[in-house]
Amino acid sequence: MNAIQIADDVRSGRRSARSVAEAALAAVAAGDGDVAAFLLVTGDAALAAADRVDEVVAAGGDPGPLAGVPVALKDNLCTKGVPTTCGSRILDGWRPPYDATVVDRLRAAGAVVVGKTNLDEFAMGSSTENSAFGPTRNPRDTSRVPGGSSGGSAAAVAAGFVHLALGSDTGGSIRQPAALCGVVGMKPTYGAVSRYGLVAFASSLDQIGPFATTVADAALLFEAIGGHDPCDSTSLDRPAEPVSGSLDAGVQGLRVGVCAELVDGVDADVAKRVRQAADALAAAGASVREVSVPELRYGLSAYYLIAPAEASSNLARYDGVRFGLRVPADDVAAMNTATRTAGFGPEVKRRIMLGTYALSAGYYDAYYGQAQRVRTLVIRAFDRAYADVDVLLGATAPSTAFPLGDRVDDPMAMYLSDVCTIPSNLAGHPAISVPFGTGDDGLPVGVQVLAPALAEATLFRVAAAMEAAAPPTTGAVAAAPGASGEEPVR
Amino acid sequence: MSEWETVVGLEVHCELKTETKLFCGCRNAFGEEPNTNVCPVCLGLPGSLPVLNEQAVELAMRIGTALGCDIRPSSFHRKNYFYPDMPKDYQVSQYDEPINLGGALDLPDGTRIGIVRAHLEEDTGKTTHIGEGGRIHSADHSLVDYNRSGVPLVEIVSEPDMRSATQARAYAAELRAVLVATGASDGRMEEGSMRVDANVSVHHPGDPFGTRCEIKNLNSLRSLARAIDYEAARQVALIEGGDTVAQETRHWDEDAGQTRSMRSKEEAYDYRYFPEPDLVPVDPDEPWRQRVAGSLALLPAARRSRLVDLLGGHPTAAQSEQVLSAVDQGLDDLVVAAADTGAPAALALARAANEVAADVDAGRSLDPAAFAKLLTMEAAGLLSATQAKDVLADLLAAGGGDPEAVARDKGFEAMSDDSLADVVRQVVDANPDEWARFRDGDDGDRKKLSGFFTGKVMKATAGKANGKAVAAELDRLRG
Repeated sequence: MNAIQIADDVRSGRRSARSVAEAALAAVAAGDGDVAAFLLVTGDAALAAADRVDEVVAAGGDPGPLAGVPVALKDNLCTKGVPTTCGSRILDGWRPPYDATVVDRLRAAGAVVVGKTNLDEFAMGSSTENSAFGPTRNPRDTSRVPGGSSGGSAAAVAAGFVHLALGSDTGGSIRQPAALCGVVGMKPTYGAVSRYGLVAFASSLDQIGPFATTVADAALLFEAIGGHDPCDSTSLDRPAEPVSGSLDAGVQGLRVGVCAELVDGVDADVAKRVRQAADALAAAGASVREVSVPELRYGLSAYYLIAPAEASSNLARYDGVRFGLRVPADDVAAMNTATRTAGFGPEVKRRIMLGTYALSAGYYDAYYGQAQRVRTLVIRAFDRAYADVDVLLGATAPSTAFPLGDRVDDPMAMYLSDVCTIPSNLAGHPAISVPFGTGDDGLPVGVQVLAPALAEATLFRVAAAMEAAAPPTTGAVAAAPGASGEEPVR
Repeated sequence: MSEWETVVGLEVHCELKTETKLFCGCRNAFGEEPNTNVCPVCLGLPGSLPVLNEQAVELAMRIGTALGCDIRPSSFHRKNYFYPDMPKDYQVSQYDEPINLGGALDLPDGTRIGIVRAHLEEDTGKTTHIGEGGRIHSADHSLVDYNRSGVPLVEIVSEPDMRSATQARAYAAELRAVLVATGASDGRMEEGSMRVDANVSVHHPGDPFGTRCEIKNLNSLRSLARAIDYEAARQVALIEGGDTVAQETRHWDEDAGQTRSMRSKEEAYDYRYFPEPDLVPVDPDEPWRQRVAGSLALLPAARRSRLVDLLGGHPTAAQSEQVLSAVDQGLDDLVVAAADTGAPAALALARAANEVAADVDAGRSLDPAAFAKLLTMEAAGLLSATQAKDVLADLLAAGGGDPEAVARDKGFEAMSDDSLADVVRQVVDANPDEWARFRDGDDGDRKKLSGFFTGKVMKATAGKANGKAVAAELDRLRG
């Protein structure tokens, strides 16, 4: 059962939205104790929303393309009257007085929001271990991380609690957990989806996108949330890119570049899956070649200046004055300091300090300014590459899901988890991670497709072709095909 | 050693008269119940995003056009610092790419003051400190009203081209008149819709400028002038006493008549400016610029020269004052309309700047045709000056009317030449000493005594005599 089938069933009256919602809530109740994907389950609201969908159906109306489909929201998306924590103590007690644009659009499409999912605090992290409310575990192996920062959303879909979820992707925070959990995760073109109501981490990089179990479901969710929003100045002045209609068009004649910089440095078992995916696309009629885009190597360094710089400013408002946590002190400045000291976790503090430093008088040009120049180089490099190919192919993450606690004391190792995903954020380009078999450890591998701005239709087409040829990622943990007889290297 | 010279540059913040705030749909209104015109955007709530108000851009362009600025492609930056009345703890402001660059403002005395830039930014909320002293450090607690948060401002930065408190005051007054004329702002300093910071230094002419101090909290033109005079004297005293002036921000204490140190350069914030990623650049196209330029009302300088031209181009000192006052009070259209219908311009200006100005609102709605007819009657000697002023008062009260009918109702008939000659003769006979001095004295005496005799004649005729006719009769008698 996938989201498209559920919506069809609900719209045609074969199944009630209420029964779907009840099943989802029951699945969460039964399974989330081990996974901890959700920070908050809004059961009553979900049932009420489902009932409204059923009423529309009963009255002969059309509740929308996502009729009755349960959806989970990353808890950095504002929900009116419902706590929105960003995985942080600093937003303690805050209930937004408004819904994010994407939440409005989900409801308009007939979706049923079942709850808010865990994340690295303010979306800063790659394992969901930086949440103030404890880590989420990978449903495929609960001793492993689900990736991050949208680990809760990825895990909720991977565990089968919901069929769809929304995450946000600033440097890979949708695609990397999608890869580690074995689900589809997609980051749209910057500006394709409104950021209004997404609590900002790094404004020039943040983008909301879908998680799903299938490429077609992800496409449907992308279409439902996309399109111009007058409340977001960086929202593109065009309707949502239609992508579902061309999913079956195949890849005949498409030019696919296997990007050396997104394959060479990753674990061998992951690299093997990328090449296997390329072979599958070639077999489906695409022309596949090797390409090199050397500038992508500088992406990580530029990202860790630009993103913290913007974050240092975006997170200034958590000062104890108007909302969330307030730690009283003798004067305003002391109250600000006490509140922020108590309210933010170590990774958030680290990035605020990094960003503050990068923007400081005397250092701006050497750090922030230089990083922006590198960003321009990355964009130009992509442009050059896309003169010869339609899409690029690479790994989503350098490894499969790593054990909980493995990287928490080594920020650099954690940062390197995003090395393959960051370039698309710097360029504002769309990219998608599609499950493609397992690694030597039997855990899922995601293969990433990258495309130029607004080429979502092509992106989803290639993803669908890959999905059709993908080896299974589910089932018993076993040696991956092609690795039979070998012991896992870990 | 030459005299000390004061050097002043002004930074003027003016609130734009838009319907809504700079980045959200909240109403831009002054004096309402605290925290009623607020929304997620102007409260800086997590997840909210700014959307630029087109009307604010247009008003900024009007200001730039009026100041002769180059209107340019522009962008916004974030100015980062913590303050409780600033909801996001950064201010969105134009930094290296202001919408208006360069320009000048000509003062009524002809001095040209350079304009560095006039850029858009958002206002902060307003903090009220409750308790001891009303200052943040001694307050018991503070209340913040975010109604003003996100109200659009244009900051107009002058070159350090002013050389006295008087000149700085004249600049601020002229700038305010320009802002009002463009329709961009109501220019009310007392409501804070126009706020002035002064950069003051002293030097000897020919030497480089001295170290400057920035003076804040100047809430009126009078405070501005007083603060600059105080600050310049303070700096001169420091230097002459062997000290140096420290670059710092100083607070004007109106009651004490002093500036006081707020923070020094060493304590100055590092604002960590960087491009605002939530907004896109603004680049007004040529048709929009032309539309703005075409929609601008006449500016004060043009309105003054219009009056000066009516006077034949060479106003007396008194007339120059009248020109300033008439334009300042918005009575110049009345003068021009009266002159257009044939009334003498000098008389129209004098009556507008003196008598009509006593009731500016009535003056602005006075029927120019009635005003012109009255002036024509006065000039023709049909009414004395005193009678004309009396009739004018009635016209102002009624918003117009027929001056001839009003004069008739009041019993104002011009005196015949014969009866006037009789009265003048009687007055001359009754004051032989004065008459002798008038007849034989120098020009000064004659002018003084002409006034003396005119006064006597006016008294004797209960104001019905025409002053000019009296003077003519006196001259005739003198032979």
